[in-house]
Amino acid sequence: MSGPGMVPLGQRINFWIEDALGAVVHSPVGSRLRRWGVTGKALVTSVPYLWLLLFFLVPFAIVLKISFSDAQIAMPPYQPLISWVSEQVLEIKLNFGNFAFLVEDNLYWKAYLNSILVAGVSTLLCLLIGYPMAYAMARSSASVRNMLLLLVILPFWTSFLLRVYAWIGILKNNGLINNALLALGVIDQPIQMLQTDFAVYVGIVYSYLPFMILPLYANLEKMDLTLLEAAADLGCRPWEAFVKVTLPLSIPGIIAGCLLVFIPAVGEFVIPALLGDPGMLMIGKVLWTEFFNNRDWPVASAVAIALLLFLVIPIMFFQRAQDVESGAVHR
Amino acid sequence: MATSPRDPQLKFEPWNDPDAQPYVRIERVTKKFGDFVAVDDVSLGIYKKEIFCLLGASGCGKTTLLRILAGFERPTSGRIFIDGVDMTEIPPYERPVNMMFQSYALFPHMTVEQNVAFGLKQDRVPRAEMARRIEDMLEMVKLGQFAKRKPHQLSGGQRQRVALARALVKKPKLLLLDEPLAALDKKLREHTQFELINIQETLGVTFIVVTHDQEEAMTLSSRIGLMNHGEIVQVGTPTEIYEYPNSRFVSEFIGSVNMFEGRLAEDEPSYVRIEAIDLDQPIYVDHGVSSAPGATVWAAIRPEKMHMTREKPAGTDNWTLATVRDIAYMGDLSIYLLRLPSGKIVRVTQPNVYRHADERVTWDEQVYLHWDATSPVVVTK
Repeated sequence: MSGPGMVPLGQRINFWIEDALGAVVHSPVGSRLRRWGVTGKALVTSVPYLWLLLFFLVPFAIVLKISFSDAQIAMPPYQPLISWVSEQVLEIKLNFGNFAFLVEDNLYWKAYLNSILVAGVSTLLCLLIGYPMAYAMARSSASVRNMLLLLVILPFWTSFLLRVYAWIGILKNNGLINNALLALGVIDQPIQMLQTDFAVYVGIVYSYLPFMILPLYANLEKMDLTLLEAAADLGCRPWEAFVKVTLPLSIPGIIAGCLLVFIPAVGEFVIPALLGDPGMLMIGKVLWTEFFNNRDWPVASAVAIALLLFLVIPIMFFQRAQDVESGAVHR
Repeated sequence: MATSPRDPQLKFEPWNDPDAQPYVRIERVTKKFGDFVAVDDVSLGIYKKEIFCLLGASGCGKTTLLRILAGFERPTSGRIFIDGVDMTEIPPYERPVNMMFQSYALFPHMTVEQNVAFGLKQDRVPRAEMARRIEDMLEMVKLGQFAKRKPHQLSGGQRQRVALARALVKKPKLLLLDEPLAALDKKLREHTQFELINIQETLGVTFIVVTHDQEEAMTLSSRIGLMNHGEIVQVGTPTEIYEYPNSRFVSEFIGSVNMFEGRLAEDEPSYVRIEAIDLDQPIYVDHGVSSAPGATVWAAIRPEKMHMTREKPAGTDNWTLATVRDIAYMGDLSIYLLRLPSGKIVRVTQPNVYRHADERVTWDEQVYLHWDATSPVVVTK
């Protein structure tokens, strides 16, 4: 059963890449490349790095540059950082005022803190809902498991924006829930759900739940179940075995899921804009307002940079702590 | 039978004592998975301080029986008693039984010390006593200096000892060991076997060991229960199983054997003569057989109990001509494969007592094979 047609597509693509790279490496050009220390492995790893360099680092540098400039009514709406004062003098003007402005105006602080609060609560809710789901999936039989996995991924087939819009139809005053409750006579006034914080939480938890479930599932699914038998053998009731064995062993999955939910939720713009109270302060919305309504690109860029630092620095510390721990593995 | 006073194991034979009560009683236990009968109506009595080996090929139901004893599986029918208490409905976390898993199942997120402490914490053992017991146990398995390590920082042999310590520290009434030595290499396995016996003798815990390795079963156990297709085929000491197998299956499973199918020609209370299909001379056995004359029987002769000579043996029984086809030199002994005139291949082992090999039988040589009247075991099934 191992004809060339039977090789899975992913593997075949790998072969193609290997062949193509092999052709380069073993050609006369390749021998020169090798002399410079360029190997097939280096070529393969360079592809994602180039991608990140081109589409992440370069735009980031542009945003960073804009954050240090002054706004002006022009096209583009900011002053150049570097300009020729006269024939021979090159002037670099760095404006830290945008960052100072973020600290001075408490609007930004409040927006940051509120975003972190909303993202934090949403992450917690996702964890509380997602963990039992992931656990049930990981412990069900192989055929059921694949079905459940498919159901978790299914929403991705529809546009994210459409799914959020659908929630408007469900939550609005003459929407699905209110109409149903009115018809049943449970309430006689529609409950205001749309344009509340509640709607934002519903939207975020709904949208990001798969990102919590999938890493948790991957972690729980590969757990060695004889460990639970060992725990039972040593005197643990099932729930004690869960607390003492399953839960600690799933911490990497919990962390991965929480990061995948928390990070995008902090900068979330679409959900609060569509479902939330217009007055709700979220940093994503502030960014949008600065950028499109005020056309203050430098301040908007500063907001973005500050947000990035806010998120990246704790994650880097965390990563380092993990590296130290896994470093002990090999010691 | 030698009764050496240096070896207390020989005197330990509670199964021959009519007054002794079995410590673990398995009564007519059957376990079915759907249509598949994993354990088929097994009854066993295991005595205190025994090392009892459940031996069998994979899929014979030995592990299922062990898991029933641990409480991970519920028997479809039958009952389990440990120390007189019915354990059939008791969940694993309330049984006075601990298990050493084949994969060891050490908790990867805990140190050696925490792994060993796990069961004691569950039992709410006072802190001081717990510390003492952990220390003693780690001392016993020689892991004192590894207490703070995590399982992945240990070698296979060390992990095996952690698993043993974790199970034994709870002072179980019964320790179940699932293929305890399977993951170790040969040298370490031999060494660990004797360590395991020493620990068992020191603590006096009853062991039930599941293994597919007959050598392991022979060296470890006080008695062996040989299993096949979910049934216990024979229970006995290693010597009994090896020298007095009750069926072709048992004699072929343990060690190697030359099996001669034949017909009972003479059937007297004090001897029998068997006319074997593959032999020109009859097989003479110096004891009676409970079977009708003319019945088909099998005579099993172990390779080390057949001898090669160049002179024609006296008498008309218990010898045959044979030609050497192959010789495997193993150092301490040599294995000879010989072809009988009928075409049957027979296996003979000879210890290499002398270093110089001039006189040894060699390839394609024609020799006589002979054996004692006490050597063949006659089985009827």
